Amino acid sequence: MERILFGDNQFFGVNHMSEEKARAQAMKFQDIKAVIDVLDAAYDEGIKVFMCTTHERIGEVCDHMRADPERYKDFQFYPCMPYAHKYANAATELGILEALRSFLPEEGAFNVMLKGGMSLATKDVEGIGQLLIDAEMKMFQGLQTPVIFLQNVVTDLLLGLGFKEAFRIFADHVKNKYNAEPGFITMNMPKLLDVLEELGIEKPIVCSNINKIGFRMCGGIDTYETAIAGRNFRPVAMSVFASGAISPKEALEYVCKQKKIESIVFGASSRQNIRQTKQLIDQFLPTECGTF
Amino acid sequence: MTLRIALIGLGKMGLSHYAIINSHPDVNLVAVCDSSGYMLDVLNKYVGIKCYTDYKKLLSEEKPDAVLIATPSRFHGEMVKAALDLNIHVFCEKPFCLDLAQGQRLVELAESKGLVNQVGYHYRFVGAFQEMKRLVDAGVIGRIHHVRAEAYGPVVLKPKGSTWRTSKNEGGGCLYDYACHGIDLVNYIVGRPDAVGGTVLNKVFSRDVEDEVYSTFFYADGKTGQIAANWSDESYRKMSTKVSVWGSNGKIAADRQEVQIYLRDGTNQMPNLNKGWNTRYTTELTDEVWYYLRGEEYSAQIDHFVQSIKAGRNDTRSTFRSALETDLVAAMMIKDGESSHVDVGSMTQTMVMPTKKVGGLGFINKLLS
Repeated sequence: MERILFGDNQFFGVNHMSEEKARAQAMKFQDIKAVIDVLDAAYDEGIKVFMCTTHERIGEVCDHMRADPERYKDFQFYPCMPYAHKYANAATELGILEALRSFLPEEGAFNVMLKGGMSLATKDVEGIGQLLIDAEMKMFQGLQTPVIFLQNVVTDLLLGLGFKEAFRIFADHVKNKYNAEPGFITMNMPKLLDVLEELGIEKPIVCSNINKIGFRMCGGIDTYETAIAGRNFRPVAMSVFASGAISPKEALEYVCKQKKIESIVFGASSRQNIRQTKQLIDQFLPTECGTF
Repeated sequence: MTLRIALIGLGKMGLSHYAIINSHPDVNLVAVCDSSGYMLDVLNKYVGIKCYTDYKKLLSEEKPDAVLIATPSRFHGEMVKAALDLNIHVFCEKPFCLDLAQGQRLVELAESKGLVNQVGYHYRFVGAFQEMKRLVDAGVIGRIHHVRAEAYGPVVLKPKGSTWRTSKNEGGGCLYDYACHGIDLVNYIVGRPDAVGGTVLNKVFSRDVEDEVYSTFFYADGKTGQIAANWSDESYRKMSTKVSVWGSNGKIAADRQEVQIYLRDGTNQMPNLNKGWNTRYTTELTDEVWYYLRGEEYSAQIDHFVQSIKAGRNDTRSTFRSALETDLVAAMMIKDGESSHVDVGSMTQTMVMPTKKVGGLGFINKLLS
């Protein structure tokens, strides 16, 4: 896995500190060209991975990358699926089953349709799961997606329900069909590790908030630090700045001290911020983070 | 003590509650009930939970300590009553009860039996709104003269859809789904209005229910309020709720992420509050929860319910009684929305209308007649 991953919250009006800031960012990145400019800046600064939600607008980014394979030959996507608000808003309007049905493929081969219908009829959760994953992955066709993540709202819903089989279904399909490594985003990392271990998913890639103030680290910062140091998984740190509550230097120094963290994901809206953050990570990592 | 809790209703909120209760260290989720065989079969097959399609059977056979009701709103009344009759503590999703008289009886029943009762107004558990209430109660912005609650989001964006949420007599519509959160926050932070006026319940895309809601609140002490809710606003990624309060010494605005406080006079205030702008962020206002799904407030409200039962404390932060007040305001708004407005025509009688002159008021009169 690459050690620095570029995130996408800033592009889609997600900001955990301020709705006004979120809206200003959504406006700034309304034109996909503005998104691509920032991605280009990150790529040119040596950040090769875009860890992104399967938001429909990412499709336009994918089109752009596909159109210039030479320029983007090292560019990788780590898709995070699904874009949950799409499902949540549809479920409010249509009910859960109808919402699911509305996201299953309509077009294409007859057998896909048939499989969809059969799946719903026979309660073949595995079949439905595979179709939903395929629907989310469609936009990345022909692009590199070596790691595919399950979004935290889904991971944590399944974790809470105790629907463990779903993690196996996800992991198997991502490996078998996309030749990718499965990743899991969660707000409840220690609990998730217990379940993934139980399922025999070895050394799983798990992305969670890891920050100095313990923001949204359920189970507590001490449990997280112990898990990172001692458990058999590949930690990816997100929300390292806790939405701006911690200064960049302090934030990155803390994260880099957690020696087994494999990757850090961060978002930024300008080349200057990207460069500064990358420089800080490079400064703290080589000497202090042996496993990178 | 491990509480035995059952869950009725496996829609969006029901599943979310399922995940949260099921992870709670002090709770054993004993059974679920839903009318959809599909959802039950899937859960039974993959999670192994005991499933019922008849809630009465669930309550009498399982005899849970507490029940969570997350069914469409029109079922709340009978289900809450059945649970209370069996001395079961109840957490009910919002809105509480569409029939005010029935709601009143349920409040009295729960209170007379000393049962813990709570309604799922989760915004009362958002750190920013709690902080706002604390500051308002402490008199930081002086005497309150106006409050405004707003809720916008993207639910109904085109003319279609037919779930219970889009059916008027089942408690659907923007009033019960979105505006009720705003009403409840107003009630929580500055108190229940004594009258409402100028209520608008308009359709944008829906056929049977309102998609936008606006109303003015009046209080006996002279303060006023306004509410605006619109669930057909695509410019929001998800439901977004904001409350602003104006007082004689400034203003406080809060949403899920932050509290902005403006003080005219910073003297004799609480520590860390200055004259002018002050900001508090969610990162400093939010208490950690044992399990996170979608937002701390969903877990916090369930934990509050559980701890209230364990402590034998039935004055929860969102009681049946407070939720009934929210239902009452919603009902006042519906009634007000049906009443007539002052129209232009009615004003012509009060105007002096020269009849034979060209132009001036005669022209206006002609237009209006």
